[in-house]
Amino acid sequence: MSDVIHAPILEMQGIEKHFGPVIALNGVSFDVRPGECHCLLGDNGAGKSTFIKTMSGVHKPTKGTILFEGKSMSFDSPRDAMTAGIATVYQDLAMIPLMSVTRNFWMGREPVRRVGPFRFMDFKTANAVTMEEMAKMGINLRSPDQAVGTLSGGERQTVAIARAVYFGAKVLILDEPTSALGVRQTANVLSTIDKVRKAGIAVVFITHNVRHALAVGDRFTVLNRGKTLGTAQRGQITPEELQDMMAGGQEMVALESSLGGTV
Amino acid sequence: MSSTGMATDERIRKTSRLRTALVRPELGAIVGVIAVFLFFIVFAGDSGMFNPQGVLNWSTVSAQFVIIAVGACMLMIAGEFDLSVGSMIGFAGMSIAIMSVTLGWPVWMAIILTFVLCVSIGALTGTIVVRTGLPSFIVSLAFLFILRGFTIFFPQVIERRTIIGGISNAAEGDWLAPLFGGKLGAPFFTWLADMNIIATYSRGSRMGEPMVSGIPMLIVWALVLVVIAHIVLTRTKFGNWVFASGGDAQAARYVGVPVARVKILMFMFTAFCATVFATCQVMEFGSAGADRGLLKEFEAIIAVVIGGALLTGGFGSVIGAALGAIIFGVVQQGLFFAGVESSLFRVFLGVILLFAVILNTYIRRIITGER
Repeated sequence: MSDVIHAPILEMQGIEKHFGPVIALNGVSFDVRPGECHCLLGDNGAGKSTFIKTMSGVHKPTKGTILFEGKSMSFDSPRDAMTAGIATVYQDLAMIPLMSVTRNFWMGREPVRRVGPFRFMDFKTANAVTMEEMAKMGINLRSPDQAVGTLSGGERQTVAIARAVYFGAKVLILDEPTSALGVRQTANVLSTIDKVRKAGIAVVFITHNVRHALAVGDRFTVLNRGKTLGTAQRGQITPEELQDMMAGGQEMVALESSLGGTV
Repeated sequence: MSSTGMATDERIRKTSRLRTALVRPELGAIVGVIAVFLFFIVFAGDSGMFNPQGVLNWSTVSAQFVIIAVGACMLMIAGEFDLSVGSMIGFAGMSIAIMSVTLGWPVWMAIILTFVLCVSIGALTGTIVVRTGLPSFIVSLAFLFILRGFTIFFPQVIERRTIIGGISNAAEGDWLAPLFGGKLGAPFFTWLADMNIIATYSRGSRMGEPMVSGIPMLIVWALVLVVIAHIVLTRTKFGNWVFASGGDAQAARYVGVPVARVKILMFMFTAFCATVFATCQVMEFGSAGADRGLLKEFEAIIAVVIGGALLTGGFGSVIGAALGAIIFGVVQQGLFFAGVESSLFRVFLGVILLFAVILNTYIRRIITGER
């Protein structure tokens, strides 16, 4: 599935992040290649959020290096990372429900049209592109003026993903895009991730759901208590093994048997 | 709608025209304006409310409301309030009076310096709100008291009174004052009078002059502000940032919208509008009083809410706010023409505010799909 001919586009080496006395990340290494979906798994508090925030320029690592397209990088803000081509889609902060799909899609990068000395937002282009990009992702909008609030959770994630892709993301970081969704919507988002990956974009998919990860992932890295517990290739690991690694082994086995099935 | 040929989702009900129309923020205000005009045509139609002087009367009052409502509207859409608007009106008027009358500076200089001063105070309020993350309700409430306090303090200390007059004399021949206190189209109205289309004074010192001698600059300012604010809000990149900042500041920041700058600019714009109001008022009355502008902040907010804006930000319309302001002006003056006790105006305000907020909450649910 994964063509491992590409060199990694983003490499994080020995990342440490301390918040005062708290060591949130203790030497995490991770990389992602173009056209690959690399899943980052971990239970709550494992350091997933801190790690992706370091990747997307929100936090600066205390120690460690970030290599982007082979060059050492230090992002001062999410804006910097975005300009370089690293886009992050956050779980709940992706869209503004009261605004139209077009206004959301172009937020922060509005196309402008000059009329004499004035510059207006070019709604004609904006609407047309929005409709087209959404259709590519398999979502039919009634109208580009439709408020994002009228879309389902999965569709909102898709708008955010389509937006990141349209604006030239080379690395797409998805922060638990499926955690609040129903079965059908989850399937839609996962198929969107698959489309994005096939377009040659490097996808970092953060989740704590093993089945979602296995559905689209090429490689899997498990974080636990601020450390990586290793990276596995697709086909080299079973769902049970992944689940155990995430939860930290023994206790989970005991818990699972008492519940009589897979959690 | 779709050009891709895919089947539309059969579960999406066709939205009725009524629902589509309801989602426009201005709808309630349009209905309100029609209702209010119908009401007064029926009950005060023969009272002179709709002859040229009557129209001028309520349009001038409406224009006052419009000017401050435009500022409050943009700020509310950006997700903030400014409760210091009323105090700012008093403060700006007093500032012009002290500079031009007490200090004897040219009126144009007093006006320009006052604009600089007031817009800077707006910027200060905005900066405090953005930096501290405190609710703008509290920060601007502090400025409500601070500015009102100074507005009473300075004339008391300097002139030993709270009303400063004599601005009309000072403004005589000034180049900037007519932009606020002047009238537009005077020759046209004289011509109308000569043609016997509009009434003229039949006695007194102004005999032969038309009763309506021109369109007050106040109305011109109101129209210009509405048009500019509406275009900026709906048709420009900056307008999109205003909606985004009020809709969800964090989401806007993530995509690179300079939320802090947008909010501070909107506080400055609100202060600008309050200063326009104050300057027009001072030029019209020829005096500044320490109690000017009382309660104006609330009237502005009510007009904006009637206009369909959400108190929580991110949704609203300048046209709606202007219509809300017109409802105000027409009802306030209309009750006078209809011979109704004017204190009932406040009752009306309270009732209509309640209705507007309930309607807006319902509309919000339709848009966001909440239940």
